[in-house]
Amino acid sequence: MADVLVLVDHDRGIPKKIANQMLTAARERGDGEVHAALFGEGAASSAERLGAYGVTRAFVWDSPDAHRYATEPLVIALEAALDASGAEILLYPSDQFLSDVVARTAIRMEAGVVTDAVDLTLEGDRMVATKAIFGGEMTSRCQVRGDRHQFLGVKANSFTAEEVGGNPAEVVPLEVTLDERAKRARVVDTVEAASAGRPEVTEATIIVAGGRGLGEADGFRLVEELADALGAAVGASRAATDAGWYPHQHQIGQTGKTVSPALYIGVGISGAIQHRAGMQTSQTIVAVNKDAEAPLFSIADFAVVGDLHKVLPLVSEEIRKRKE
Amino acid sequence: MRIICPVKRVPDTAARKSTDPDLTLDREGVETVLNANDEWSIEEAMRIKERTPDTEVIVLCVGPQQAQQTIRKALSYGLDGAIQVTDDAIAGSDAAGIAQILAAALREETFDLVIMGNQSSDARTMLVPAMLAEYLDLPALTYVSKLEIDGATLRAERETATGHQVVEAQAPAVVSVVEAINEPRYPSFKGIMAAKKKPLEVHDLAALGVDPGEVGLEHAWTQVLEVTPRPPKQAGAKVEDDGSGTVGAKALVDFLAAQKII
Repeated sequence: MADVLVLVDHDRGIPKKIANQMLTAARERGDGEVHAALFGEGAASSAERLGAYGVTRAFVWDSPDAHRYATEPLVIALEAALDASGAEILLYPSDQFLSDVVARTAIRMEAGVVTDAVDLTLEGDRMVATKAIFGGEMTSRCQVRGDRHQFLGVKANSFTAEEVGGNPAEVVPLEVTLDERAKRARVVDTVEAASAGRPEVTEATIIVAGGRGLGEADGFRLVEELADALGAAVGASRAATDAGWYPHQHQIGQTGKTVSPALYIGVGISGAIQHRAGMQTSQTIVAVNKDAEAPLFSIADFAVVGDLHKVLPLVSEEIRKRKE
Repeated sequence: MRIICPVKRVPDTAARKSTDPDLTLDREGVETVLNANDEWSIEEAMRIKERTPDTEVIVLCVGPQQAQQTIRKALSYGLDGAIQVTDDAIAGSDAAGIAQILAAALREETFDLVIMGNQSSDARTMLVPAMLAEYLDLPALTYVSKLEIDGATLRAERETATGHQVVEAQAPAVVSVVEAINEPRYPSFKGIMAAKKKPLEVHDLAALGVDPGEVGLEHAWTQVLEVTPRPPKQAGAKVEDDGSGTVGAKALVDFLAAQKII
């Protein structure tokens, strides 16, 4: 019986979408119990309700210390949650900071880590991950080998969240004592950009991305307008971020983020291989470019050859009309 | 100050990648380059060197004999020397295996900072920097978009999805950087010529005290069971706008509606 522990990422107690997706995956693909680990302020407030996703026990460390120092306090908490739950399989979200926690925990516990799973299958006692590799050119199936814990990173929107209406989860507070080692990297400040509350590019089901064809930084207003009409995230090509037209964390490509949304709309993006390596596994790809020979067109399910400055506003307007 | 920059030799992104029968990436049948994200870490190290007297920057590369070309490329940015770890037993190591080897090499050295790219363009696990820090029992400052150094105090901005987190730690530490941190220079002709003469130390696993039975394909904690090519995406419909935007916009909206997106 393969019990699974899910690292539930939450925002002041509200589980993120991917958490519910992973809990569903754990229930559907595992054959044992599903437990949850929640760390940080607000963790205790929502732990019980995870029973709705089939969680039996929720291991909680509700403390400001969880985020007062980078990474290492959560390593201690994660190891404690794994020991307390007895689970040998851990699912965690493909999030940069959390993957650092998992990476350090893995070395401490001699566990194997497989990253970026888009599907999971239990084969015997092994949780096998399916992942896209080499910029999406190939698909691989990977697993942890040997008698060790299995840590699997799950990409957003690989599973559909589904409640099953179980009993409230048993909330188990964790005993976490921080030693001096855990306090070596002190969080001094957290700065949030004045964001418009759009989805994150790695979690969004729809992305509208802009490139050099926008002509100037201001061109991103057209991208944002379309993104907002669709409830989408905004992405950017490296040419656009190098030019300073949009923040680097939105860059999609080989040196930036890898995304696989249900719909990707690239405007003014030529689609060089370094960019395609970051998005070509997207389910549906749409491209708008005035250059009929843009490489992105070769992988686009639908392409418009035209001036994006004329096309985009009309598209945004029509979408808004239809939504009313 | 002594800074060590781990770098990776990777297949060129444009190269058609394939796997060998043992399901490892074929690294010899393709053109290889210095991992793109390492250009930012090398640049950051060079900027620290330029503003801090008596600073030495060393490249560290785990790779086969052929990796010396990548090492010389890294040196051409003006670094002072290089360390290479090469051994037949290393092939097929996973992230944890590589982190273990890097840690063993670094334990032989004195350093204030390890600065590396946050990811490699082939494996893209983003695991090695944190794993390396754990093996070395050091703090890690990862996804750094700005790094300030005041004596032994490091103050880093770590990039988040919506902004950044400011973190302070004491050197020695492992730092991984994202592309927002700087704009890399181009190697100068002088740098390229000088790279050929920079000192290169080569070690095998035995010299570093690493048991070959703990690394390599057969001993990795993770394994690949199967690799299949994804069918390439085909181009679909292409519509030419009439210049006013209306033809293109209508066609696009109709497509989105047909896909049930709106």
